[in-house]
Amino acid sequence: MTTTLRERLRQPAEDHPLEFYQCAVSRWCTGCGDNAIMSAVQRLCRDEHLPPEKTVFVSGIGCSSRFPHYMNGYGFHGLHGRALPVAEGIKLRRPDLHVFVTTGDGDCTSIGAGHWLHAFRYNPDLTVIMHDNGIYGLTKSQASPTSRIGIRTNTTPRGAYLEPLDPLSVALGATNASFVAQVVDWLPQVLSQVLTAAFHHRGLAFIRVLQRCPEYLDGLFDPWINDPSRIRLLTHADAVDPDPALARAFPNREAHDPSDLGRARRIAADHDLLPVGVLYRNPAIPTYEDLRPVVHLSPDEMEQRIEAELDRFTIWPDDGGVEGGG
Amino acid sequence: MTTRAPTRPATRLDEHVVDIVSDSGEGAQTCGQSFAAIAARMGNGIWTVEIIPAEIQPPARSIAGASGNRTRLATHPIRTGGDAADLVVAFNEQVLLGRLRAGELAPGSVVLLESCWADDPDPAVVASYAAVTDELRRDGYDLREVPMEQECLRIVEDPRRGKNMFALGLLCRVYGLDLDLARAQVRSVFGKKDAALVAPNVQLLEAGWDWADEHLDLRYEVPATPPTEPRIVVNGNTALALGVMASGMEVCAMYPITPATSASHYLSEAFERVGGIVHQAEDEIAAVNFAIGASYAGTCAVTITSGPGYSLKQEAIGLAVMGEIPLVVINVQRGGPSTGQPTKAEQGDLLTAVFGSHGDAPKIVMAASDIEDCFHSVITARRIAETFHTVVVLLSDASLATAQQPFPRPVFRPEWLAAPADQSPVPEGAHPYDWDERTGLARRFVPGQPGGMHCLTGLAHDHGSRVAYDPMVNEDAIRHRSRKLAAFQQTLAPVRVSGDDDGDLLVIGWGSTRGAIEEAVERLREDGHRVGRLHLRFLQPLAPGIGEAMARFDRVVCVENNWSDRLEDPLVDVDNRRFGNLAWLLRARYLVDVDSWGQVRGRPLTPGEIESALRARLARPVPEEVRA
Repeated sequence: MTTTLRERLRQPAEDHPLEFYQCAVSRWCTGCGDNAIMSAVQRLCRDEHLPPEKTVFVSGIGCSSRFPHYMNGYGFHGLHGRALPVAEGIKLRRPDLHVFVTTGDGDCTSIGAGHWLHAFRYNPDLTVIMHDNGIYGLTKSQASPTSRIGIRTNTTPRGAYLEPLDPLSVALGATNASFVAQVVDWLPQVLSQVLTAAFHHRGLAFIRVLQRCPEYLDGLFDPWINDPSRIRLLTHADAVDPDPALARAFPNREAHDPSDLGRARRIAADHDLLPVGVLYRNPAIPTYEDLRPVVHLSPDEMEQRIEAELDRFTIWPDDGGVEGGG
Repeated sequence: MTTRAPTRPATRLDEHVVDIVSDSGEGAQTCGQSFAAIAARMGNGIWTVEIIPAEIQPPARSIAGASGNRTRLATHPIRTGGDAADLVVAFNEQVLLGRLRAGELAPGSVVLLESCWADDPDPAVVASYAAVTDELRRDGYDLREVPMEQECLRIVEDPRRGKNMFALGLLCRVYGLDLDLARAQVRSVFGKKDAALVAPNVQLLEAGWDWADEHLDLRYEVPATPPTEPRIVVNGNTALALGVMASGMEVCAMYPITPATSASHYLSEAFERVGGIVHQAEDEIAAVNFAIGASYAGTCAVTITSGPGYSLKQEAIGLAVMGEIPLVVINVQRGGPSTGQPTKAEQGDLLTAVFGSHGDAPKIVMAASDIEDCFHSVITARRIAETFHTVVVLLSDASLATAQQPFPRPVFRPEWLAAPADQSPVPEGAHPYDWDERTGLARRFVPGQPGGMHCLTGLAHDHGSRVAYDPMVNEDAIRHRSRKLAAFQQTLAPVRVSGDDDGDLLVIGWGSTRGAIEEAVERLREDGHRVGRLHLRFLQPLAPGIGEAMARFDRVVCVENNWSDRLEDPLVDVDNRRFGNLAWLLRARYLVDVDSWGQVRGRPLTPGEIESALRARLARPVPEEVRA
C-alpha cells in the first residue's frame, strides 16, 4: 500500500453527503446493529468517493440481506445462502465494479457454508460483511450455527444444544483466505477502519461483525459492551489504529501484524478474549478475476476465432488429410 | 502395399448398422469413431452412438461391461442410429452376449468374433466361448471367427492396445472404405497422443485390411456421394459448446455431471480463445447463481447440467425469472429420477423444465433435435434470453451428447453475437421494470449505467423494483412476466406437418427422437397409411398451428423417450393414466385425447420400435373425441 490508512482517513472534501448513499429508510428494528453497519458502509462510500453506479451490494436472505434495498447503488437481493456465487459472477464479468456482499450468520455459515469456504479459495476482490447476531431474526428466533450454547430460541426452547461454529477459525483455516477481520457494531470508529482496510484489500475481505439483535437476543453482547477488558483490540498502523482516547478504554490491546497467520489462528481460537480488528491479511494471493479474465473481443476478432474453432472439426471436400473430424 | 480386387462383387446397401464392442479400455470406441469419420469423409451419411458401460472399469469379459460404438452408415444424411446391428465386431463373446441379450443384433446379422478364447488356458473361458458360438450358429447368425490377437501379436506386444486398429482395417476392407483416408485417420488419432504410436497402428490397420482381403468374403458397399460442401463432424455436446462460443456468451458456469460434462471439456479448452471462461463452481447451485451474477452485470451467461443438477438449480431459475435476468440453462437429460441412469438416454425432464421452480415462473423451453440443432439452438436461446430478459432452458439428452453426425459447416453471422452490455446513462424517470403493456418487456438496467441504480430482488416487486406490499402490485408484475411468453409466442412461425398433412395418425415428438420418428413414419407411409409428423422445437410456449394440425388427423400420439402408463396394464385406466411429458402438455392445452407412447430403456428409441407401436395404434378404432 502506498498510502497509510491514516492518510486515507483524512481525505478532504466530501463529494456527497452521507444521505446521498441512502435510498430508502431502513425497516430494521430500533437498536438493530444493522443500522450501524450501514452507516459505516455509507461513510466508506462517501470517503472513497464511490460513484453509486459503480457499486453493487449483493445479499442473500435474512434481516441483514435487506441491506441493498437501502443503499444508493446497484443491489442484488437474491436467494438464501447464495450471495457469494452471485457476487463472484458479477466481479468476474465486471472487475470495474466495487462489489460488496452483505450476509448473515445463517445465510453465510449455514445454508451458504459451502459457498463461503469456496469463496475464500476463489479469492475474488469482494468486501464481504457477515452480520452475526447469533440468531435467525427474519424468521423470528431460531438458533443459528453461531448461537451460543444454552440460548433459548423457538427451535431450541430448552437451550441450544451445540457448540457454536467459530467463523474466524473456519475462515483462517480456509485455503486462500486473504483477509479476515472481526469487529463489533458498537465501535463505529473501529468498524470504519476495518471496512476501509477491507475495501482496499485486493481479494476477498471477510469481516464478521458482531451485531446486536434487540428483538430476540437483547443484551447478548452486554458483557463485552460493559467490560471492554474482555475484548482483545488488535491494532496496526495500516489497519485498526484507534485514537488514543478510544484505545485507552481497551486494556487488552495487542499490536498484531496481520501477516502472521499463526498468531491470527491462536487469537481466533482463544475464546476468553473477543478479538476485534484485522486478524489476517495477505495481499499476495491472486484474485480469481486476475486468474480468469473475461476478454471482450471485437466482432471481427470473434468471427476469426470462431471460424478457426469450426475449422478444427471441418471436413473439406476433396480433403485427403484428416486433421479434424475425430 | 497394393490393394487387391475383392474376391466377389460387393453387396450394395442403402444403409448398414455396425457395432464394435470390447471390454472397457480396448479401444472399440476409437475404432468405431474412426470408422465413422472415414465414412463421413467419403460422403456417407453417418450417425454414431456410444456404447457405454455404467462403470469406469467394469470387470473384463462381462456381459454388462460392453464398451464401444455403433455406427450407422447410409447413402443419405441420417438422424438416428437405426434399429439393430447388421454387423458386429466383438473382442470377446461375453460383451457380444450382452448385446445379443439386449436385442441389439438383427436376426442373421454378421458377427466378427475374436477367436483366441477358444484356446484360452482357462477351461471355463473355453466352455463359455463354445456355448456362445454354438448359440449364434444355432440361431442363424453369420459367425466369422477372427484370430485378432494372433494377428496383432505379429506387430505389437500387447494386443489389447492394438486390436482396435486391426478391427478398423477389417471393417474398412469389408465396407470398401478408402485405405488412404483410413491411414490418415490413424495418423490423426495417434499423432495427437504420441508420434511413435502412428507407425505400429498404421501397420495394424493394414494387417486387418489384408486379413479381411484374404480370409473374409464379405464385401458391402454403401454408396457415398462425395461431399461438395464443407461439413462439421462433432457430437452433440461439442456442438453445444461451439454454439456457446458462437453465441457471444462469455461465461459458462458448471459443475461436473454426466452426461453434460463433456460439453464443458471442450469448452474449457477452447472458450478462452474467444475471450470467455468456464467456471467450475463448487456445486450446481453455485454454478447457476454465478451465471446469474455474470448475466446480471454483463452479457447473457450459460450454465450446463443434467437432471439432478437441474433439480438443484430450480430455485435460482425462479430468481432469474423474477429478476428478469437473461440466462441460458442447458439440460443434457439422462435417465431419472434421482441418480437414475447417468450415462443413459431419456427425455424425462420436459415437465420439470416447463413447470419447475415454485410459484409462477414462466420461462422458455426449447429442445435440440439433432447435432446441428444443438449448435444453432444455443445461439437462438441466447438471443431469446436477451430479447425477452428471461430464462431459456435448452434440452438435449445423453443420446445427442455422444452421437456424431456430419452437418453443413455453419457460416459465421455477426448477429449470432451478443451486443456489449449497455453502459449508457439511464434516462431520467425510467424504472428498472417499466413493463410495456403490449409485450411485458422492460429495458434492462445493467450495473455501471449511471442513473439506473436499483435493488434487483427475488421478492415480489413493483416496476421500480421496490418490494411489493400491495397485493395488486404482485399480481401486476406476474401478469407482465407471463405476458412476455405470449409476446414471444406471437413471434413463432406456425408449425408445419411433415409427411401427410391429414389422415390416420399424427405423430408428435420433440428432441432427440426426431430421426427415429421420421424413419418410422416413412415406413408406415410406404405401406399406405396416411401419417403426419410434427417435431416441436419450442415446448414453452408452443408454436401456433398445433391444434389445427391435430384436428386434421384421426389419431394423435406423442412418441417420447420417457415413461407413460400402458393401457394394457389392468390397473391403468383413463382416470389414472400417467402420460409422457409432451402428451400431458398437449392434452392440457388443446383438450385433445392425445395418446402417448414411450420407453425408458436408457437408449435412443429405434425406428422399428416406434413403427410397431404406431402400427398397434393404427389398428385400434379411432377415438370418438378426436374424430369429433
